[in-house]
Amino acid sequence: MNAPAVAPPVLSVRNLVKHFPVRSKGLIRRDVGAVHAVCGVSLELAEGETLGLVGESGCGKSTTARVVLQLLPATSGSVYYRGRDLTTLGTRQMRALRRELQIVFQDPYASLDPRLPVNEIIAEPLRIHGRYNGGGREQVRDLMRTVGLKPEHGNRFPHEFSGGQRQRIGVARALALRPKVLVLDEPVSALDVSIQAGVLNLLGELQAELGLSYLFVSHDLSVVRHIADRIAVMYLGKIVETGPVDQLFSGPAHPYTQALISAIPLPDPRKERARERITVVGDVPSPVSPPSGCRFRTRCPTFAGELSEAERDRCINAEPELVDRGQGHPVACHYARQRSLL
Amino acid sequence: MNPGGEDPLGAVSPDGGAGELVLEVADLTVGFPTDDGLVQAVRGVSYRLRRGEVLGIVGESGSGKSVTSLAVMGLLPKNARVTGSVRFRDQELIGARDEALTKIRGRHVSMIFQDPMTSLNPVYSVGFQIAEAVRAHHDVSKEAALDRAVELLEIVRIPNPRERLPNYPHELSGGMRQRVVIAIAIANDPDVIIADEPTTALDVTVQAQIMVALDSAKEETGAAMVLITHDLGVIAGQADRVMVMYAGKLVESGTAEDVFYTPRMPYTLGLLGSLPRLDRTAERLTPIPGAPPSLVNMPPGCPFTPRCPLAQPVCDETEPPLEPTTGPGHTAACHFSDRLVDTRPDELYAWSVTDTTALAEFVAETEEPSS
Repeated sequence: MNAPAVAPPVLSVRNLVKHFPVRSKGLIRRDVGAVHAVCGVSLELAEGETLGLVGESGCGKSTTARVVLQLLPATSGSVYYRGRDLTTLGTRQMRALRRELQIVFQDPYASLDPRLPVNEIIAEPLRIHGRYNGGGREQVRDLMRTVGLKPEHGNRFPHEFSGGQRQRIGVARALALRPKVLVLDEPVSALDVSIQAGVLNLLGELQAELGLSYLFVSHDLSVVRHIADRIAVMYLGKIVETGPVDQLFSGPAHPYTQALISAIPLPDPRKERARERITVVGDVPSPVSPPSGCRFRTRCPTFAGELSEAERDRCINAEPELVDRGQGHPVACHYARQRSLL
Repeated sequence: MNPGGEDPLGAVSPDGGAGELVLEVADLTVGFPTDDGLVQAVRGVSYRLRRGEVLGIVGESGSGKSVTSLAVMGLLPKNARVTGSVRFRDQELIGARDEALTKIRGRHVSMIFQDPMTSLNPVYSVGFQIAEAVRAHHDVSKEAALDRAVELLEIVRIPNPRERLPNYPHELSGGMRQRVVIAIAIANDPDVIIADEPTTALDVTVQAQIMVALDSAKEETGAAMVLITHDLGVIAGQADRVMVMYAGKLVESGTAEDVFYTPRMPYTLGLLGSLPRLDRTAERLTPIPGAPPSLVNMPPGCPFTPRCPLAQPVCDETEPPLEPTTGPGHTAACHFSDRLVDTRPDELYAWSVTDTTALAEFVAETEEPSS
């Protein structure tokens, strides 16, 4: 076999669309519209890589993660994992693949069964896939040690652990089947900073040692900058800018990325007080009826402050494609211009 | 009081001069009796607040930062045991009768809570709720109060304010609701605004908008502000003075520059080291090992000892007081604060908390698949 020059991505998402029906009230409950949660998202995840998927609440980042894992059916589009389209697989075939694709949820309080002791929680995936008999007990103890928990605490229940420890239990459970890809849905958002750092370091070490690929969903750009290799910024169901971490932070080109970066306060008084700010007005429009053309135009500071009438027409009528416009990475803005904000 | 002399509480107005003292908290303690014993949520907090000043209180969940402010407002449940003193101007608030407190709350001292959905009443329009706040302390007509409501909504930058008056809270977005809460807080031109995690429940772009609204609210009223948050970035941008709380106590206090650039308490240094930064490329984070202590039946000594890399036997015996460090206004509660001079977080804390041998074994097992 001759190896290709560039390794094919482990996971590749093509034009993924997810709509949720909106139904009328009453008995009939006709479909009266749809929440356009994810609208044509394409992503690629290489082996051993972390892709940060960032955006604000309601942008569709968690839905994307769930559709990727087939926890929600896709409306259209495909998700390729090692050459197979997951959206076409049956439940049984998918179940076999789930061993390799695991997820860690945001809320370590809701995602662990309160009635199971921790060693049973971690053993559950092993049992489901018929791998517990013959050394399962030992494996659970190893997993607990690996994520920084004491194996002798295995008989305790989730409520006896702190938030950070619970999230480690979630990570251990996800690792039990030795997955290749981990989807991390806001894994540290519920944790205090001093605890969060430990979980982030653990994730970093696991990735380095096990060669895992991470799809890291987060609203926190600082965390994503720390852990990700590449970033995709989502707004109202679409990716508006994507590229390597350093490029995206040193020269964001989409006005939304710029607004996100400048909205995050820096823990450095002198820098923070001297920063240039790009602020957006208003709130995210409803995903039931997203704006025509560019979806960000209703809040865009460039649209409101810098463009002429003719230029605005283009934003209203033509949806900007996500392509490289000379910035070195793809941006979905007709008037993309790199700025330095940090 | 000796405003000119050594002031360990370090209250200064932002322009350097000593503004009028509006709020003075002295040795405040709050305990909650439980079946397991007394939960000591706040253990001796003192601070002074002058007009126009922004005091940032930062700490993690359970550090007592919110309980401190609820105690100041007299909003704690009846079973809470509160001691110490909270003086607004010349009036003692601890132990004051409810009628007396009602005259101060919302009029002179007002509060902004984290979640605007629960701090607004869902069955009244926002116009009614703002007007209600105005009329609670001023004898004006309903029409005048509604006019004032429009003015207030303008200050917090709500577009078309008059059209918003008949809206109910559920018809507004989270950011809009929080602005309504801010409008209510400044309705009576207060002297002190206590903002408890005002932006935590909101998205970042909306957070930035709310900070702008808070700024204009502060400018409009000239009020002093107590800004409580777990977000060190918000503190860095807003606070004139910063207090760091841990296990119910102040462990460090000083100007924002003091605390961020020359921390003298290992906990503060650890917090800064565990923060991923937007403005730097990825370095290793240095988490603080362990977890905050239980506040029930606390042992003597410094509560940070079990997590502290500098801990010595003395730390288990005596709890260090807040003592001046780099200057009289910069205090820290650590026996060994001088050891933190020019120390980086990664020199004090280990970056790895993973059991490396266990990880190596796990890797080895993964590489030779069992099936």
